[in-house]
Amino acid sequence: MKKGLLIGCSFGALLIIIVAMLISWGISTYNALVTLNESVNQSWSQVENQYQRRADLIPNLVNTVKGYANFEKSVLTAVTEARAKVSQMTVTPEVLNDPVAFEKFQAAQGELSGALSRLLVTVENYPELKANESFLQLQAQLEGTENRISVERRKFNETVQNYNTTIKRFPASFLAASFGFKEKQYFKAIPGAETPPKVQF
Amino acid sequence: MIRFLFIWYLFSLALFAQPNVPLLSKYATDYTNTLTSEQLNFLNNKLIEFEDSTSNQLIFLMIPTLEDYPIEYFSNEVAEKNKIGQKSRDNGILFLVVKNDKKLRLEVGYGLEGVLPDALASSIIRNVVVPYFKEDKYFEGINAGLNAIISATKGEFKADKKVKKKGGSIFQIIFFILILLFALFRRRRRGGFIYLGGLPNIGGGFGSSGGFGGGGFSGGGGSFGGGGASGSW
Repeated sequence: MKKGLLIGCSFGALLIIIVAMLISWGISTYNALVTLNESVNQSWSQVENQYQRRADLIPNLVNTVKGYANFEKSVLTAVTEARAKVSQMTVTPEVLNDPVAFEKFQAAQGELSGALSRLLVTVENYPELKANESFLQLQAQLEGTENRISVERRKFNETVQNYNTTIKRFPASFLAASFGFKEKQYFKAIPGAETPPKVQF
Repeated sequence: MIRFLFIWYLFSLALFAQPNVPLLSKYATDYTNTLTSEQLNFLNNKLIEFEDSTSNQLIFLMIPTLEDYPIEYFSNEVAEKNKIGQKSRDNGILFLVVKNDKKLRLEVGYGLEGVLPDALASSIIRNVVVPYFKEDKYFEGINAGLNAIISATKGEFKADKKVKKKGGSIFQIIFFILILLFALFRRRRRGGFIYLGGLPNIGGGFGSSGGFGGGGFSGGGGSFGGGGASGSW
């Protein structure tokens, strides 16, 4: 009789220990997932900042270039239109869970990159413009921003990779699924858009 | 099919052949043998002094060529790998010259983007450095460029007050001697086992905390977000 009680007690104790371990594992995994999720959001906001910064530079650039006689109007219109399209988009971190919206965001930004690099190539034909100090400074800012975008995109992809691997790995995947941690989207390299536009002067 | 894949693999390796990212041990490094050792020493000392007074880490690197690898990628990799700048301030700058490609870049850490914005970095490159480089006056160009960077970034951070360890090192010497005497004394008495394992460590710690033979660079953990500007001549 006493022996049975002892076995029962120790069995119960073992059960309690196991449950306690499971709970503490769950808490620490959940917290790790929350931290990772936040770091993805944070690096996303860095990417967005840089895109915003680029969009803010464009009106100045367009105004500087416009002043030059018979500058190709079509090139400028393309830039202005692409910028308008980009700024219409409202981008929330939820976009990262939605492949379609993310694709759309990327396509719009890619279009703007393309239009801008065409603009910078066209400038090559205008020696007066290339000698204009304020244009050169704008160009430097734009190139710097393009470069920052590519750096932040790379960092973002690294963070997302870390996050995605964590939520897919066993056994954390159970917890991730039940708490609604979804896989996030990567930036895909658009041919030519990864390298910042090169302008020789 | 497998052979095709293999060839494709080789091809892709060749496409993305990355230049080696050097681990720098000096503030000014020249892999092209353009600068004399006195000139390098001069630059090195200037940059050490700059770090001592402002805590900003300004690093100069000259390499022969990058082939077609983008200079923006390379300079970011060098800066991140060498952890230029203090971790809490991200106040590192890399001045990179690729001599045979005739390209140069200023890579500016997050913390200094405010005082050295892209437009200013580009202006330093175009108006200060490049005119010298065009006449093959490399040392003059580099020196003028570094001076311009230094005067632009001087006000941003102040160096932490360093506690001079001169007094401390005397105590360390006394401590070291005491332990040595103690060890010798014990050996005489017991005649056998003597524990010397800890001694070389103490000696090593003493040597490095004294800070002799400076001139070496070690990164502080700063990060870079792609700020700065590139140029060519």
